[in-house]
Amino acid sequence: MSIAADAALGRQPRGVFGRSLRRGRRWALILSYVFLVVFGIFFLVPPYYMLVTSLKSSSEIASMSTNPWIIAREVTLENYRMLLGQAQFVRYFRNTALVTVLVVSISMVTSVLAAYSLSRLRFWGSGLLATGVFLTYLVPETLVFIPLFQIVGKLGLLNTYWALVVVYPTIAVPFCTWILIGYFASIPKELDEAALIDGAGQIRMLLTIFIPVAMPGIVAATIFAFTVSWGAFLYPMAFIYSTDQLPLTAGIVTTLIKGDVFQWGSIMAGALMASAPPVILYAFLMDYYIAGLTAGATKG
Amino acid sequence: MATRVGQPVPVTAPLEPAARAARLERRRWYRRRSTLGFLLCIPLFVIIGGLVLYPALFAVYLSMLNKAQTKFVGLANFKFLLGRDLFWMVVQQVVVFAVTAVFFKAILGFVAAHLVNNLPQKGQRKWRGMMLVPWVIPPALSTLGWWWMFDPTYSAFNWILALVGGPHIAWLSDPNWARFCVILVNVWIGTPFFMIMYLAALKSVPAELYEVASVDGASAWQKLVYVTLPMMRNIISITVLFSLIVTFANYDIVRVLTNGGPRNMTHILGTYAFRLGIESGDIPLGASVSLVMLPILGVFAAFILRGVRQRASEL
Repeated sequence: MSIAADAALGRQPRGVFGRSLRRGRRWALILSYVFLVVFGIFFLVPPYYMLVTSLKSSSEIASMSTNPWIIAREVTLENYRMLLGQAQFVRYFRNTALVTVLVVSISMVTSVLAAYSLSRLRFWGSGLLATGVFLTYLVPETLVFIPLFQIVGKLGLLNTYWALVVVYPTIAVPFCTWILIGYFASIPKELDEAALIDGAGQIRMLLTIFIPVAMPGIVAATIFAFTVSWGAFLYPMAFIYSTDQLPLTAGIVTTLIKGDVFQWGSIMAGALMASAPPVILYAFLMDYYIAGLTAGATKG
Repeated sequence: MATRVGQPVPVTAPLEPAARAARLERRRWYRRRSTLGFLLCIPLFVIIGGLVLYPALFAVYLSMLNKAQTKFVGLANFKFLLGRDLFWMVVQQVVVFAVTAVFFKAILGFVAAHLVNNLPQKGQRKWRGMMLVPWVIPPALSTLGWWWMFDPTYSAFNWILALVGGPHIAWLSDPNWARFCVILVNVWIGTPFFMIMYLAALKSVPAELYEVASVDGASAWQKLVYVTLPMMRNIISITVLFSLIVTFANYDIVRVLTNGGPRNMTHILGTYAFRLGIESGDIPLGASVSLVMLPILGVFAAFILRGVRQRASEL
């Protein structure tokens, strides 16, 4: 990145403000770039190093004779190939994908219905309930995982990924409902009136007006639900111990790491492949993602 | 929140039969709407009531049983914990961990947000996108990457230190360095969240305020202290409190990086509860450790709720 060129193209104050101010702004811009590069290095070093490691051969990692930050000998996809040919790793991927699809569906149906109800259909206690939804969003997993362990056990779901399907919505639903209440509440009431005069029922109104108009909010909530159920770690660690039932996160941490000689290359390749779906999703839908992230504190 | 929609103001004047019928009709309409509203919330009730509220109350009950869960022992579990040095060390560690990590996340996030905001509009998106990467990778997996960088024999950091003639550091086996490492990784994962929140807040400060301040001859520092900070106060406090809760209740980072070691020195409440409740099978004791978080989190949550309400009424 050519910092100087970018800085020269940057905003130039016009007119009355003199040269010193313009020079000051220019320096501020250059300094901003310098510090941003420092931040960029800090933020991107771990993923970079994971990538480099995953593309090295095990012998290069073990020999310790070359610079660890670069691939000195040869680029190899062996680690990726090995993992993808391993039934267990593919199984983790399948488990995570299945659980995530189910959890996102359950969470979105629940949140859309509840948010519509709480933002438009008044009933006894609905105001209090909306506050309650926000408060449950603040309940961390570490507070309830032990009683949930017992509950999941009583339901007969311990050590199956169905436990995750049942439990993950508790992480996603409160936040999704909360931001959707905000999005629905910002839809002008005139739209409902027009629909009511046309004789639309509540459900039809939700389907034909609210969901299409609040689509950005729904996309943001879906991304959130996807991200939390893809990356959740504590619940599978607590509820599942059979390797064929584990999702990616817990599977990689508990089974790829074994013995005294760590297969660093394949651990990093596994971690990167497992991170890919949320990162790719985010790359395409960044603006929705950010809108959703900030909406939690500003809407509702 | 919900308002009456599409309905004329109720009439109380003398009623003709037709008007009375209309009023009845309207009342029925409201009642139907309420019923539907309630019905649509049933899935929410099941999830929140059955899997958050009930477990939270169940935790209180569990914490008062003995290990085999056969006998009610009152507060004996808590008494036992309070008498253990390890428990107090965990409490101390979690406070240091959460306060330090949140402090640095807040400062770095604030600086990063300002840096991005300084850039020309069209360049901002790229930088913002890049800086969010740590927040998007599942924490358990990115922590694995850090773990590898801290590895005692192969440590990539030590390789750089060796290059400049620095010492060999036992990142994860020296207690103080291990504590530093879990905080560092937490700061790395959490800073982007602060940056995004602050950036949104910065953009919501009206530009006129800065212009007026410039006309009055305010320096950049004065603008920051007298314009930016007061306008962002609410978002800052919401973000900090929210992050305190999440950091306090962390599990992933410590589990992957140190698993509580060396010699239990990096345990925080989440991992300690896991160790006692799940790994050692003393469910009531584990539940008690988790419950220790409750009062602190409750206070934070109350303040967040107040902040969010204020913010909603300001907008």
